[in-house]
Amino acid sequence: MKTKLALLALFLGAAGLMLTAGARPCFAQIDINIHTVTGPMESHIDGMTGTSQPGRAYYRRYCIGCHGPDGDGEGENAKWFDTTMGFAKPRDFTRAVFECRSTPTGTLPTDQDLFNAMTRGFVTTNMPQWRPLTPQKRADLVAFIKTFSTRWESQKAGTPINIPPETPANIDSILRGRELFQNLQCWKCHGPTGEGNGPAAATLTDDKGNSIRPYNFSIGTRFKCGVTNEDLYRIFMTGLDGSPMPSFADLIKPDQAWDLVHFLRTLQLQLVTPERTEWTAYVATHGKELKPIGQEGPGE
Amino acid sequence: MKLRIILTLATIALFGTALLVVGAPPAAGIVEGKITYTGTPPKMRVIDMSKEPGCQKHQMSITDPTRYQTVVTGPGDTLQWVVVYVSAGEKNPSTPSQKVVYDQKFCEYVPHVAVMQVNQPLEIINSDNWAHNIHPMPKINSEWNKSQPPGTPPIVAKWEKSEFIPVKCNIHPWMHGYFIVLTTSHYAVSGPDGKWEIKGLAPGKYTITAWQEDEGQQSQEVTVAGNETKTVNFVYKVLPY
Repeated sequence: MKTKLALLALFLGAAGLMLTAGARPCFAQIDINIHTVTGPMESHIDGMTGTSQPGRAYYRRYCIGCHGPDGDGEGENAKWFDTTMGFAKPRDFTRAVFECRSTPTGTLPTDQDLFNAMTRGFVTTNMPQWRPLTPQKRADLVAFIKTFSTRWESQKAGTPINIPPETPANIDSILRGRELFQNLQCWKCHGPTGEGNGPAAATLTDDKGNSIRPYNFSIGTRFKCGVTNEDLYRIFMTGLDGSPMPSFADLIKPDQAWDLVHFLRTLQLQLVTPERTEWTAYVATHGKELKPIGQEGPGE
Repeated sequence: MKLRIILTLATIALFGTALLVVGAPPAAGIVEGKITYTGTPPKMRVIDMSKEPGCQKHQMSITDPTRYQTVVTGPGDTLQWVVVYVSAGEKNPSTPSQKVVYDQKFCEYVPHVAVMQVNQPLEIINSDNWAHNIHPMPKINSEWNKSQPPGTPPIVAKWEKSEFIPVKCNIHPWMHGYFIVLTTSHYAVSGPDGKWEIKGLAPGKYTITAWQEDEGQQSQEVTVAGNETKTVNFVYKVLPY
């Protein structure tokens, strides 16, 4: 009887040990597996300082599923992102290449840029808005994602591009913008009517070779990097690094950039914009004088 | 007496220096060779340029329509566009004085592979009547992406670190080239006959490395003594895709 009891106790003890041994690594492993390459980082956003140590815990809680324990965008959910359906893969933080920046192409974004991107999310992708997290938590997360690349130690963020006050959105400005859309050959990807169906649209890929779609202006959703005219200005002047969208900052002057913004607004058929109202009135009377945009246009 | 000693010492020092300057053997060594392959190389397809009518028109007007350049073979089983460089043992690197020009012509990169030194000025031009975007995709240096419509000024760039950087144009997805950024000033690119030559090597032992974008790297060691020419041949075992 005694031996039997002892055996039972031994068995239970062993089972208990196995359970704890089996259960513990489930948590421990995830934590250990987060692989960062720099020392602690800080972020500075609007007088608020974020730090990477608490950021690490939030990353594990909210971000690891898609962006992965190594920050390379290969989290366990990533494989379900169908890029052929237009869903971009999660950002690979180890490369420190970011689309939505206020800084020139080839430079690191500011902390504020990363904070803004995280806050607004990326429309048409699986990245949601993170407004439910307090600004402090978001700032901590910004600090933490910088620990995935040594580029944050060796380089400084770029200097945000200067955006002068908007010029009047009159018909002359729109027409000049239309000419730029033709001559800069925006239509090659975005299509002559801005529907994202230009001759080069179907073969576009991002840096990782995944299929990616140009923005379709006609549906009028938010842009990937914002919603205002200033955001639009910033998008084509800085380019979206890591994507096929190049920078036009060396090619056009601020006045011309505003012209282009004003024309692009007329392509958003689902929105009522002042530019669109102006344009519709012009087309009603002068429509026949307009040369079509595209291969046959004046730029070819 | 003292003066004499000083004078003698000074003379010796002077002669010594002169001897050192004159006596240093000239960097006149040459390493040359040929890149060949065994096996069956992948066949390079003719590029479908229908999305850029101007390029397609030109492509169809030339005798050998433009093909992909991932593996370019020549007569005698030779390979073109192989970069050969001193990967170890560099003794007398020179600072680059000239800029490297990289052209976009009829929807092709000219040259297909451009070799440059760290911080050497690189000038990218567009000879076409349509827009390209230059999108180098480095992993060590900083990636950028700029538009270059026809008639716009050259894009001037340089690379701070040694790296083999793939370059592409997103508008014309068949356009694919390389910026090879090296720390050494001794390099060559194999020509249509697979031949290459590296000049101006100081005497000593070198590691010579060959790089082909699809077939990878291989190295050999060579010792150059003074004014002589050594031959180093590389053979790639290639397989069709």
